[in-house]
Amino acid sequence: MSGTTTATQTATASTATMPAKHFMNAKYGLKSWLLTRDHKRIAVLYLITVTAMFALGGIYAALIRLELLTPGGDFLSADAYNKAFSAHGIIMVFFFLLPSIPAIFGNFLIPIQVGAKDLAFPRINLLSWYLYVIGAALALIAIVAGGVDTGWTFYPPYSSQYSQSHVLLAGLGVFIAGFSSILTGLNFVVTIHKMRAPGMTWFRLPLFVWAHYATSLIMLLGTPVVAITILLLAVERVFGVGIFDPAIGGDPVLFQHLFWFYSHPAVYIMILPAMGVQSELVAAFARRRVFGYSFVAFSSLAIAIIGFVVWGHHMFVSGQSMYAGLVFSILTMLVAIPSAVKAFNWAMTMYKGSISYETPMLYAIGFLGLFVIGGLTGLFLGAMGLDIHLHDTYFVVAHFHYIMVGGAVMGFMGALHFYWPKISGRMYPDAWGRLSALIIFIGFNLTFFPQFIAGYLGMPRRYYMYDTDFHFWNLMSSAGASVLAVGYIMPLFYMAWSWIYGKPAGPNPWNAKGLEWTTQSPPTTFNFDETPIWNEEAYDYDPEESEAEYEKEFGTIN
Amino acid sequence: MSESHTHSHPQGLVHHFDDLKQQNEAATLGMWSFLITEILFFGGLITAYIVFRGLYPEVFLHASHTLDWRLGGVNTLVLLCSSLTMAFAVHASHEGKRDLAFWYLILTILFGTVFLVVKYFEYKSKVDHHLIPGTASFTFTEGGVDAGKAQIFFFLYFAMTGVHALHMVVGVCLVGWIARNVKKEMYTTDYYSPVEMTGLYWHFVDIVWIFLYPLLYLIDLTKTGGGGDHAMVNVKSLMKFFG
Repeated sequence: MSGTTTATQTATASTATMPAKHFMNAKYGLKSWLLTRDHKRIAVLYLITVTAMFALGGIYAALIRLELLTPGGDFLSADAYNKAFSAHGIIMVFFFLLPSIPAIFGNFLIPIQVGAKDLAFPRINLLSWYLYVIGAALALIAIVAGGVDTGWTFYPPYSSQYSQSHVLLAGLGVFIAGFSSILTGLNFVVTIHKMRAPGMTWFRLPLFVWAHYATSLIMLLGTPVVAITILLLAVERVFGVGIFDPAIGGDPVLFQHLFWFYSHPAVYIMILPAMGVQSELVAAFARRRVFGYSFVAFSSLAIAIIGFVVWGHHMFVSGQSMYAGLVFSILTMLVAIPSAVKAFNWAMTMYKGSISYETPMLYAIGFLGLFVIGGLTGLFLGAMGLDIHLHDTYFVVAHFHYIMVGGAVMGFMGALHFYWPKISGRMYPDAWGRLSALIIFIGFNLTFFPQFIAGYLGMPRRYYMYDTDFHFWNLMSSAGASVLAVGYIMPLFYMAWSWIYGKPAGPNPWNAKGLEWTTQSPPTTFNFDETPIWNEEAYDYDPEESEAEYEKEFGTIN
Repeated sequence: MSESHTHSHPQGLVHHFDDLKQQNEAATLGMWSFLITEILFFGGLITAYIVFRGLYPEVFLHASHTLDWRLGGVNTLVLLCSSLTMAFAVHASHEGKRDLAFWYLILTILFGTVFLVVKYFEYKSKVDHHLIPGTASFTFTEGGVDAGKAQIFFFLYFAMTGVHALHMVVGVCLVGWIARNVKKEMYTTDYYSPVEMTGLYWHFVDIVWIFLYPLLYLIDLTKTGGGGDHAMVNVKSLMKFFG
């Protein structure tokens, strides 16, 4: 651990005081929050609601792991189990992962990082939060009223002729939340194009902004398709016209095409923002400019673009022609290239950097390792022949949890710990942060690595009972889940504590570079007193200077 | 461009923008982005249409006969006229001719309403002929095709034209609101982007109809025209590819 950064940090932290006026005390009262147009307040609203949904999705995950503790079905009935994993999937995907980093941290940071007073359309931004809340409320009503048993993918005929559950209501919730996502993406695209401060050129933008730009393109181009798909599904259920149901003339594969045309790119909506966070963290705690800045920037766009033409790899066993499978398989391999560019460049950024291990950096390092495992196992699944064996097994479950939890949630936690001082103006206890990061890393691997093995051995997903041969792996997985839960609950406490008792952070507690660290913490309502002029390159860190400081304190390195 | 009020606070400028130029550019880009999402929204429906027309070409041919291509044609013409008057309204706003802009907007509303009225009578005739999909009384016997599959055509017809009509209703309301603002002199030659944005939206809705009209009303014409069969072969092979 670098003593210099910590030393300078505590120096700034101890002298810093909370600013007299900032966005949170600019106005008081519930109305000033519910009718706010300030992107930072909307981000805080999102933070609260999204965290609540995360907790709820986590409870369902706990139910699933509890049931799978033993091979028999002795805790939940088959039906209740179907509803538990459907609720877990729907909540986590549509109401946690999709909005998490963009709607909270993107919302908070993008205007500040580009040097603007707000997002381009503040009212639309507020509207998007309300749409999210309405969507979430509808989904919750569906779950409370009796649940949904289709899985998060709503495949017909589960969702049409065989389903007696509240598919319509949940679908409507997802439909409405989709518009929230579209509006957020639209706001980001316009803000990044048109609201940059003088001097903030495209290639001086933080990679966080580039990643969100790519994310926004997917939100704009993908989400309307899933919206219309759900609408068609709803009409089929209500009027009994065969769109997807083969019994009445429909085409179930059409649903899968339309659904995955959005939902595969949606995976990149979840992971790209986390990749943006990763770039910020690695640069800040290795004290080096991100290696190959423009490659990392363009790899985000490449992932977004290629991500739109790989959806068929979810359908290798659902009746598309072998040739389509072949094409989708090859295209899927192509996504690995920009993803690997990123992973290698982050590693290269750390190489010979002046690394310090504060909490956000622990998350960043965790992200890198877990994302590589998740990405590489994705290639297993993208290979058409191998996928026949692995399709619908726990190998798939483990793979996407390595991307979604090991990637997106690690990125979310990293961002939370990195930007918390900016949002709240106060420092959380770093030791607790590090401990929870460590627990999460261990718990995560204990939960999901055994699932790779169980899946490879043939354990199918979405069953509430399993063969006793898989008991050992499931036991490990359930044990890991409880460790993971402890890791996730801890930050709730120390973050809440720091909100009131934490030391004032000052504008730049991490000595990081970027426009967002030049403003006070928390920022004022309009972020800057006057439009800033930006003359620096992105990540203008000086590793030699950091090294010299380090040597002064600890002697020569080599 | 007038330079009388470039200092202090120009009319229509929102606080978080630096100047009107930035604000207008943001509005334009935002509107275009929104329209792109709309294309994909309708794109999902059109994909469904392509798939089912490929699966059941005979059914679509016969079901399409029940639509009156003359009424659809009149509506196409009406919409094209409305786009013209909308374009004139934007131009008049740009030149600062408020009265002219106002009346062009009123004309646009008029054309839009005519379209919706014609649409109403078309829908009504479908109700009268028991062609509402999903209802028990649905009957379709023409050409001896499967009535259940014919429901799919009529469902797509109602979904596509219905979503389009909904956009028309929103459009008419928007134009009405803009006309009111023009009357209240809320726009200047520097700041008339709401008129322009409403225009973009209006033209978009118009263009969607240009696609819907041949897809739904003119199926038989493309067949007798000779090009239709080739197109169908291509769709069929495409569908084989995707399963």
